[in-house]
Amino acid sequence: MLQHTTEAVGAHGTFHPFLLGWIVLLPLLGFLINGVLALMWWRRGPAPAGPEPSEQEAHAHGGDAHPGVEEQHPAPLDKPWTRTLPSLVAPGVVLAAFAIALVNFWGMLGAELHEPVIERYWSWMPVGSLQVDAALQLDQLSMLMTLIITGVGALIHVFSVGYMREDPGYPRYMAYLNLFIFFMLVLVLGASYPVMFVGWEGVGLCSYLLIGFWFKEQANADAGKKAFIVNRIGDAGFLIAMMLMFANLGTLSFSEVFAAAPGGLAYGGVVVTAVCLFLFLGAAGKSAQIPLYIWLPDAMAGPTPVSALIHAATMVTAGVYLVVRSSVLFTMAPTASLVVALIGALTAIFAATIGLKQWDIKKVLAYSTVSQLGFMFAAVGMGAYVAGVFHLMTHAFFKACLFLGSGAVIYAMHHALHATHNPADAQDMRNMGGLKRYLPVTFATMGIATLAIAGVPPFAGFFSKDEIIGAAWLGAGGTSPMAQATLLGIPGTAVMGFIGGTLTIAALLTAFYMGRMMLYTFFGPNRTGAEEERHLHEAGPTMTVPLVALATLSAVGGFLNVEHEVPIVGWFDFGQGAALHHWLHPVIAGSEEVVRANLGELMEPHHAWWPIVLAIVIGVGGLLLARALLNPDALRPAGVEPDYTSAPERVLYNKYWIDELYHALVVRPVNVVSQVFYRVFDRGIIDGIVDGGARMLQGIGLYTGTRVQTGQTNTYAFVIIIGVLVVLGAFTL
Amino acid sequence: MQELYGSHWILAALLVIPLIGALAAFAAGEANAKRVALAVGIIEFVVSVPLFWTFDAAAVCQQSGLVGPGQIGSLPVPFQNCGDVAWMPDWGIHYRVGLDGISLFMVLLTTLLLPLMVLGSWTYIQQRQRLYYSMLLALTTGVVGVFVALDLFLFYVFWEMVLIPMYFLIGIWGGKERIYAAVKFFLYTAFGSLLMLVAILYLFFQVRALVGTPTFSYFDFIRLPLTGTQQGWLFLAFALAFAVKVPMFPFHTWLPAAHVQAPTAGSVVLAGVLLKMGTYGFLRFALPLFPHAATARTTVTIAMVLGLIGIIYAAMVAAVQPNAKRLVAYTSVAHLGFVVLGIFAFNLQGIQGALLVMIGHGLSTPMLFFLLGMLYERRHSYEVGDFGGLAASMPLFATMLVFAAMASIGLPGTSGFVSEFLVLLGTFQSNPFVALIATAGVIFAAYYMLPMVQRTIFNRLDRRENHAIADLNSREMAILVPLVILILWIGVYPRPFLDRMEPAATALVEGLQNTRLAPDPARVANVGVPPMPELP
Repeated sequence: MLQHTTEAVGAHGTFHPFLLGWIVLLPLLGFLINGVLALMWWRRGPAPAGPEPSEQEAHAHGGDAHPGVEEQHPAPLDKPWTRTLPSLVAPGVVLAAFAIALVNFWGMLGAELHEPVIERYWSWMPVGSLQVDAALQLDQLSMLMTLIITGVGALIHVFSVGYMREDPGYPRYMAYLNLFIFFMLVLVLGASYPVMFVGWEGVGLCSYLLIGFWFKEQANADAGKKAFIVNRIGDAGFLIAMMLMFANLGTLSFSEVFAAAPGGLAYGGVVVTAVCLFLFLGAAGKSAQIPLYIWLPDAMAGPTPVSALIHAATMVTAGVYLVVRSSVLFTMAPTASLVVALIGALTAIFAATIGLKQWDIKKVLAYSTVSQLGFMFAAVGMGAYVAGVFHLMTHAFFKACLFLGSGAVIYAMHHALHATHNPADAQDMRNMGGLKRYLPVTFATMGIATLAIAGVPPFAGFFSKDEIIGAAWLGAGGTSPMAQATLLGIPGTAVMGFIGGTLTIAALLTAFYMGRMMLYTFFGPNRTGAEEERHLHEAGPTMTVPLVALATLSAVGGFLNVEHEVPIVGWFDFGQGAALHHWLHPVIAGSEEVVRANLGELMEPHHAWWPIVLAIVIGVGGLLLARALLNPDALRPAGVEPDYTSAPERVLYNKYWIDELYHALVVRPVNVVSQVFYRVFDRGIIDGIVDGGARMLQGIGLYTGTRVQTGQTNTYAFVIIIGVLVVLGAFTL
Repeated sequence: MQELYGSHWILAALLVIPLIGALAAFAAGEANAKRVALAVGIIEFVVSVPLFWTFDAAAVCQQSGLVGPGQIGSLPVPFQNCGDVAWMPDWGIHYRVGLDGISLFMVLLTTLLLPLMVLGSWTYIQQRQRLYYSMLLALTTGVVGVFVALDLFLFYVFWEMVLIPMYFLIGIWGGKERIYAAVKFFLYTAFGSLLMLVAILYLFFQVRALVGTPTFSYFDFIRLPLTGTQQGWLFLAFALAFAVKVPMFPFHTWLPAAHVQAPTAGSVVLAGVLLKMGTYGFLRFALPLFPHAATARTTVTIAMVLGLIGIIYAAMVAAVQPNAKRLVAYTSVAHLGFVVLGIFAFNLQGIQGALLVMIGHGLSTPMLFFLLGMLYERRHSYEVGDFGGLAASMPLFATMLVFAAMASIGLPGTSGFVSEFLVLLGTFQSNPFVALIATAGVIFAAYYMLPMVQRTIFNRLDRRENHAIADLNSREMAILVPLVILILWIGVYPRPFLDRMEPAATALVEGLQNTRLAPDPARVANVGVPPMPELP
């Protein structure tokens, strides 16, 4: 069944991918092992002797779940190996996949491929002119994504060992996590839109299962459901885009679509614009952009490592990956691209404002993620594909670090609160304060990540964010391929100027809310409680080591891509230069070809001093502003601290009431219409006619006993007679 | 092996084994009826399975038909396992059977579900077991017969034969309102069937009038020249019978009633194969017999609109059902709406996608009904409100329910995605706007299915009686695992299925496309059969 046809096209020698399929298969294997363990574990074993290991106790360690009073429940069959085996298998398979990915990476570095390497396994959907292969495609972009997914993924798996080991659903958790890695790798390695869609919806399933991991809390299960349904709206867009592509180009594989599109579709035409807009609808669902961002903050109901892996570092960036992967199409549709950029910028500032006033530490990070994803979309929408991917990468480092750090904080808080049976919220920053004394490693690593996200040089986020904002200013000056397009009559240069301004303010807000989060969590006096305070302590090495690794990446990751010609940034060029630009060049060469063919040579970008100075001022200034305006010493615990009273604060704290608005405008009406369909049409009109007809028959005596038990035989007789009559009737004709 | 499986004896065996089994089960007595039925079911399945490998998509076999004026002879037709035995020769009625890429999978689906249904009834059915298992087996004969018959009279006999055991399955072993449901089921379908009978007889007299020879052969009927008006009326009669069976809006209200009342196996066979008799009827009869009427703009518009209504409307109605079985019943209407779209797209992606939906839905929906039946056996309720948190007490059940739900909403990797994706691609090429609206069905699928899943297995385990509830046992797993494997197989590697159905689908598509281009309504889509000889 398996047929390998590997193409290896290299400029400097040939490149044969090494065990490419195993990168994908290993996590699947891990899923199967952990899944079997999970089911075996949960199968009821013999009643344990002695005091039952109460689920409540185990639950409390899980961190995010609010340990309520659990029902009595038969204890699961808990053996040491049900904990040790997942601890070895789950991170093990991801690490192994990472190792294989690294081997391939070294191979690719040497070969300087111009074309993707495609491995075909079997013909998946061969119907008429449609040919979809189960095939994987390795190129510089999917390689980079694979390294991020397996590398950051492995770290988060290790962290999870410490974070989740005491949870009664531990093997199940690890099974889901492995399954997620599998689907995520299918998403980025798939060689066609349908194969990518397999991963696309697969990660959605894992996200659904992991958000609702602590399914006994209805809020968690609700959040999972919401994520799935909102994502499906986006998925419908993805499907429509595929239909449009197949109808117009006759193919759905990446290489063929990108080869056929420039000749087969009109530049800036309706079809390519529609394809891109529908693809972006899919991206907006997966990557939580306006108007489909609403599921991501709720997704924080899942365990915190899940938030780090799925809802920050990898899955939510799939939309950005989709746009960059389809860069040929998006470059051909400049108007659609401007829409992408504009929505990205608006999402960036919108989510950042909400992040200003949240008390829940994970909610702050959730809105921050939405906002940072907005930055990435702004970049790719302006044609700055590498900048988008660059930020995707640095964001994976620092946001994973921040989420895991918040996990370590919540973990410590839970232990402390649990020790004294304090029901206070372990995620509310009002209950924290002064934690740097108790959690020095967490504080240091989160501090570095905060400097990175705020854009303080020379941390990673500075370089990637500056490149995005710089791209907006350059685009406003006319160097972007989208500059000549218009959006609703507004010239592209003006749109990009607006985006530049918006992103600058969003960057300022980012630095501010991150400073606020750090201040309230780690500085000032401790508000957890006198007794609880003594139980606050740092977690073990399984949790601190990943934090340190991610903090290191957050600190130095930006050096990967230093544009020598940009003022100040160029100081950090240690000979590597714009390595990422160079690395990704083959991937976006097709879009540059489109630009050359349709717009000619674009003008050379001129890098001015002021944007970079502004960026630094904003990054540092935002943090200092938070320090100056906010006073952690005056904050009181959640129960005591008064709620927000001023109108702007309430608007932001309540997230502009967008959830309530959607509920009133979409959820309620759909429900009401559904009820009307059922009660009025189905039961009322259609059944009314049918039952009326039946009663007429009854009236003529042919039909008896709808409800009457004794009428049964009559009905049988009637049926048999009709049946026999019908058959015999045909004979006699 | 190849020789046996190339002959019509294998089809005869598939028809006769359940009938003999029905008698044997009846004779075996109350205690042993289910064991006999299980043995018969397994034999039936095992006998049928090699067909999958021996099936030769390019095969042609000989069937009796008109080869000259007034002259019945041997006619090459694109079928295999052809059987042709005179039954009532004076009326031209033969036992004509055969298999092609369209019927092959329907037959296999039926024989697969039979042993699973027996297992699913193992402890569920406590009363009148002899009669029950006899009915189940007799029903199987009828269904297989519908899918293999190539003689319109024979087809009609089997079509009606299905109705009676099904009526009893609902009427005797059903829930509280079983009689209402059974009668509703019967009235709806009998109404449709009678119209079809009239149409069949009309065709018969037409042929006889034309050539002087009585015949009910499918291959004579499809070569019969008919005017546009004739085609229109006849198509309407056939289409009504099939539309009720599918069921298409607005003829669908018998289905939720029947499903809610039917015992598990009744729901399984109903959703699994009985509904497909309707869509099979379109593919086998209504389209090839009356291609001009079928491809007329009005027909296509009506079919597409009804299919769309089915997809959207049924999904919305499903979402507000507190009764899980009724909910799943409505999802069937939505899925079959996709089949209708695919069929009336008149292209390969559409029709092969539709066939694949028929198979995939025949796996995922029975799986859901089996699961709900297992729950019912434990708690005697289908109301989602009676459950919650079952993932804690029944992890295996929860895993299976999530899997079945995901298969039903068409998650990639399951059969549901491949099939609905193909239908959407096919529909988009013939009518983009219909496909755009149908895509909303993808959203609605999550909208109706996930709340049911959540309220059953997630949330708080707050009812005492759900605490001690036993998880699935090995018998129940034996029912579900084959379905899981097949759903994944079709989702990951559907090619063996697509390859086998391709030639039949291609012939149908080409015939219909040619007809659509031809101005003369008398032209027929002769599905690979030589044209009718010059008639006197």
